[in-house]
Amino acid sequence: MGDKKINKPRRIIIREEYCMGCRLCEVWCIVAHSKSKDIIKAYKGQEPRPVSGIYFEERGAISFTLQCRHCEDAPCLEACLTGAMYRDKKTGMVLHNKDKCVGCWMCIMACPYGVIKPDFKEKKVASKCDLCIEREFPACVEHCPNEAIILVNKKGERIDKE
Amino acid sequence: MKTKYLIIGNSVAGVYCIEAIREVDKRGKITVVSDENIINYSRPLISYYLGGRVTKEEMAFRDEEFYRENEVQLILNRKAVRILVEENRIELSGGEEIEFEKLLISSGGEPILPPIEGIEKVKEGVFTFTRLEEVDRLIDYIQANKIEEVTVLGAGLIGLKCTEGLLERGLRVNIIELADRILANTFDQEASRILENALGRKNCRVRKEDTIVRVEEKKGKIDKVILRSGETIPTRLLVIAVGVRPNLGVVKGTSIKCNRGVLVNDFMQTNIKNIYAAGDMTEAKDFLLQRKSVLAIWPTAARQGKIAGYNMAGKKKKYNGLFIMNSVELVGVPTISFGITNPPDPENFEILARKNEGENYYRKIVLKDNRIVGAIFMGKIERAGIFSGLIRDRLDVSSFKDDLLSDDFGLLVLPAEYRKHMVRGEGFTE
Repeated sequence: MGDKKINKPRRIIIREEYCMGCRLCEVWCIVAHSKSKDIIKAYKGQEPRPVSGIYFEERGAISFTLQCRHCEDAPCLEACLTGAMYRDKKTGMVLHNKDKCVGCWMCIMACPYGVIKPDFKEKKVASKCDLCIEREFPACVEHCPNEAIILVNKKGERIDKE
Repeated sequence: MKTKYLIIGNSVAGVYCIEAIREVDKRGKITVVSDENIINYSRPLISYYLGGRVTKEEMAFRDEEFYRENEVQLILNRKAVRILVEENRIELSGGEEIEFEKLLISSGGEPILPPIEGIEKVKEGVFTFTRLEEVDRLIDYIQANKIEEVTVLGAGLIGLKCTEGLLERGLRVNIIELADRILANTFDQEASRILENALGRKNCRVRKEDTIVRVEEKKGKIDKVILRSGETIPTRLLVIAVGVRPNLGVVKGTSIKCNRGVLVNDFMQTNIKNIYAAGDMTEAKDFLLQRKSVLAIWPTAARQGKIAGYNMAGKKKKYNGLFIMNSVELVGVPTISFGITNPPDPENFEILARKNEGENYYRKIVLKDNRIVGAIFMGKIERAGIFSGLIRDRLDVSSFKDDLLSDDFGLLVLPAEYRKHMVRGEGFTE
């Protein structure tokens, strides 16, 4: 996973009452997980556009976004046949090693939040939110204009971008 | 030899037991006995291996480092022959004995071999499909004998996953199934039919309501199979995959109580207080059936092994019971199923279904008293897991029943109160 910037537990909380349905979280998730980290290249360039780690739902006036909850008792970990899904010891986050994944969809079956996606872009693998482990601040939180997606620490206290 | 924790079997239940023990007890000696000669591999991946989609190295779901880090003594290629319950010892093949304080039996399942006339005379060319070493032998046999066509007896999950691996190797397959449809234990008629049609477009022929009654050999090698219907199929390779049953060899003749499997309480403990059981040979609480059952699936083995491990190490943890669930992709059609998919008394259930044959799309929800007790997802499996949560939480779905089959089904259709606890998120791990 390279040089991880994050070494403390954190998690994302969704406040659906603040969501305006702009879907910027999705856009910036894709950019953050693209090779170039550049929005134009990610959307228009030659590189394959990554699958976002976000499920955006909208119906009428209600909308919200949801990504992996990094559960304490994570059913996807127990369901994984290959060991591709694993818990990062430092941060407690549930991460996914695409090289090990065979796309058996056991994690999709087991996740009660329905936030793991099948990804067919390069090789058939599962895909989910990695809480932007390579970044100091998750892209969806950083770019949410109305604070519908916020970051909290272990005690549930809000973490703001410095 | 003495050990604090002894684990029979080195598959998923055993591995999760090790992890749980080490969370609680960092030092106590753990010994694992396996009758296979490999450090670790994921059994369900054998069909991927047969099909050439993963290498043997890629089959490990825990590496060598895992055993080193957790200070596990691995005894490979030795069989636990019997348990001497009174003396807290087990006997290994070859005669050696191991004394334990706590024992986990996770000896898994074994293939069922139906009686077939003439099978005892066949020395070569008949295989089962549950262990890696068998698959290695199967591949060698295919290559050495230039096999092009295979007969598979049984169209359950094992038979069909084996078929898929064989098709991927470019072989033709004849499937013989006793029931009137394939995957009769997993799906309903509709789902079975869609998959059968998909299979039929491959190099594969399915014969239903038939079975093998007799086999003939030539110089010790299998040569033909004779079906109940009278048909004879020239066969140079036969795979028997009619199912698995609990492998209870090691508990036979002991005072450990068994029904179909080894019976355990909510703490995965057998009737002997320092002996636990987990995995495919265990009969434990079934969440949906409200009785004990043998649920021979990976997630159950993992959870049971983990719960057993905690309790063995002295941290009391209760097993709440799981329910049957499967995720199987066959001939390019992904499927996920939960719980009761085909109730024998449909008049006592409410059934919602939707299909689009051209796309191999089928979705079925089985309800009882407005609670979901089963579901089938075929063709499109995204978000299926939400249903596992709805089943587990026994959520009353009457207020959003019409949405269960809708295209944009998601957390959004769930009652706001229920959804709130989901989007607020789960807790952290230490």
